[in-house]
Amino acid sequence: MSEILSAPYVLEYTYTRSTGPVVGRFLESLRYEVLEGVKTADGRVLCPPLEYDEEGEPTTDEFVQLRPSGTVKTWSWVPEPRKGHPFDRPFAWALIQIDGAHNAMVHAVDAGKAKRMQTGMRVRLRWADEKHGTIRDIDCFEPMAPYLPSPVHLEYDVNPGKHYSAYLRGLQEGKLIGGRDPAAGKVYVPPRGADPTTGNPTNEYVEVPDVGVLTTFTIIRIPFEGQKLKPPYCFGAIVLDGADTPIYHLISGVPHDEIRMGMRVKAKWKPQDEWETSLENILYFEPTGEPDALFDSYKEHL
Amino acid sequence: MRDVAIVSFSQLPSVKVIDATDEAELVQPVTSDAMEQVDLTQDDIGFTCSGSTDYLPGRPFSFVAAVDGLKAWPPIRESHVEMDGAFALYEAWVRLMHGDIDTALVFSFGKSSLGPVPDILNLQNDPYYVQPLGLDSISAAALQAQAMIDAGKASERDFAEVAARSRKNAIGNPNAHIKGEFSVDEMLEEPYISSPLRKSFCPPVSDSAAAIVLAVGDRARKLVKRPAWIRGIDHRTEAHALGQRDLTTSPSSTLAAERAGLGQRSVDLAELHAPFAHQEIILREAMGLGDDVNINPSGGALAANSLMTAGLIRFGEAASRILSGDAGRALAHTSNGVCLQHNLVAILEGE
Repeated sequence: MSEILSAPYVLEYTYTRSTGPVVGRFLESLRYEVLEGVKTADGRVLCPPLEYDEEGEPTTDEFVQLRPSGTVKTWSWVPEPRKGHPFDRPFAWALIQIDGAHNAMVHAVDAGKAKRMQTGMRVRLRWADEKHGTIRDIDCFEPMAPYLPSPVHLEYDVNPGKHYSAYLRGLQEGKLIGGRDPAAGKVYVPPRGADPTTGNPTNEYVEVPDVGVLTTFTIIRIPFEGQKLKPPYCFGAIVLDGADTPIYHLISGVPHDEIRMGMRVKAKWKPQDEWETSLENILYFEPTGEPDALFDSYKEHL
Repeated sequence: MRDVAIVSFSQLPSVKVIDATDEAELVQPVTSDAMEQVDLTQDDIGFTCSGSTDYLPGRPFSFVAAVDGLKAWPPIRESHVEMDGAFALYEAWVRLMHGDIDTALVFSFGKSSLGPVPDILNLQNDPYYVQPLGLDSISAAALQAQAMIDAGKASERDFAEVAARSRKNAIGNPNAHIKGEFSVDEMLEEPYISSPLRKSFCPPVSDSAAAIVLAVGDRARKLVKRPAWIRGIDHRTEAHALGQRDLTTSPSSTLAAERAGLGQRSVDLAELHAPFAHQEIILREAMGLGDDVNINPSGGALAANSLMTAGLIRFGEAASRILSGDAGRALAHTSNGVCLQHNLVAILEGE
């Protein structure tokens, strides 16, 4: 059998189309970012407008402006767009009922991922940057989230109080200050107004060393709003030698799978010229290398 | 009303690509075979009508070129519809009602392999509001399938089961394109083309051609032992815009089936032209076809989908089972347009 000949072949028609008073008015309005529907004889609104409704009745010459938003009636997610599609990234086709309209419009929804698509979802119209008086003057629709930004901004002066001020001033000098009720003898770091077990003021200050026992810890692996460090990192409770309450700080300088309760740790300070009235003067706590503290020695501090 | 019957049917096996075929080469084998089966020649045919679309080969007036596959001298009475060949059969049926001729030849050809079918079919859409967006035929059908799911009328598993059954039925059909035992679970693992449609829920794109000879009354009885009588035939269309229809129903099919006489007595089998799996579910519901009806014993359009021919083949497949005596009463259906906009239904019967 002889070989079959084959060649590429392109078919194009450079037609123009007249639009008429109904379609033409709708498309012209799109240039000015105005979305209009046409009223039917029985008072419904069609958007996109048509010359005749589905019963064959001529529509009226009454146009109404509509909000550029609507509801998805059905949709299809396209993971790999075809050449003629309106996007070259994944998108959805949808039938969208414009608010106030009786019928629905075929258009694209730029939703980013299929998971955001749902029948009944609300969408808003996105206008194309450049307009040509065609349906593509509507660039697409995009999901409307039922949330609004609601930030709060209030400005206060913070006053840490007498005891916390003493603690912060200590830190500025590289010291860790605790408070003690002389009667009960318990040392609270940071110091506080009263010993909660006696109700007496803890107005006797004691300096404790920057060395202590890691009593418990957690490894943070998930990101959250306002996070300053990149996960994973370890946060622990440290009971400094001579203190009866823990302070909380980062644990570092050791592989995470070697961190354990009872580990002896020591503060790693910032360079002294960077010290401020802040616990951030301590970068983190790291192992001292001493033998672990016995559980019984710190169990009452857990 | 005159009694009109299908007396013969011929088709080319549906395949991905039929090489070396211009229009005449596609048409000649099936038209000559359909006529030979009943010992007729073109000279015996009162009216010839074809269905095709020039956009498939991308060649304006390709339907005129197709006439070269016929003997058209001395000049013949001829017509064409830019639709599936089943609608050409409808025109021929109407023409036979005139009473002056007793036979008609209907044919169609679909060389779908030449161009980008999903994009070509966007040309069916509204040129102002939809065509400029590039809505391909698979995505349009997908909007309908998702509406079925949202309405609680079907699940993706239902779609897969239709596809599996269709292609299993096609095992016995030498002319089918995609056939075999396919796993529903494996189909449900396929990636989406346009969600919720996966490859297996969509029809193949096939090349084929088909022809049918119609004859009236005693002329039909002389040509074959058991003509497949067209007891009723009707077609109905709905609004063009997708946004103005309930895509999960097919009122045009309901009405066409009723007018074709389906309500009077159930049918043994129905050949439905449902290219996408979910469309069979819509059509069955619209026409009230129960579990006792054998749906698409040929495999249907999910097994072989030569555009503009798959509908006429439904008529041929249904008629063949009556001509052979295997069935007593059958329904043949063809759809046209986007998302089952337009539907043609006929009831065929043996005597």
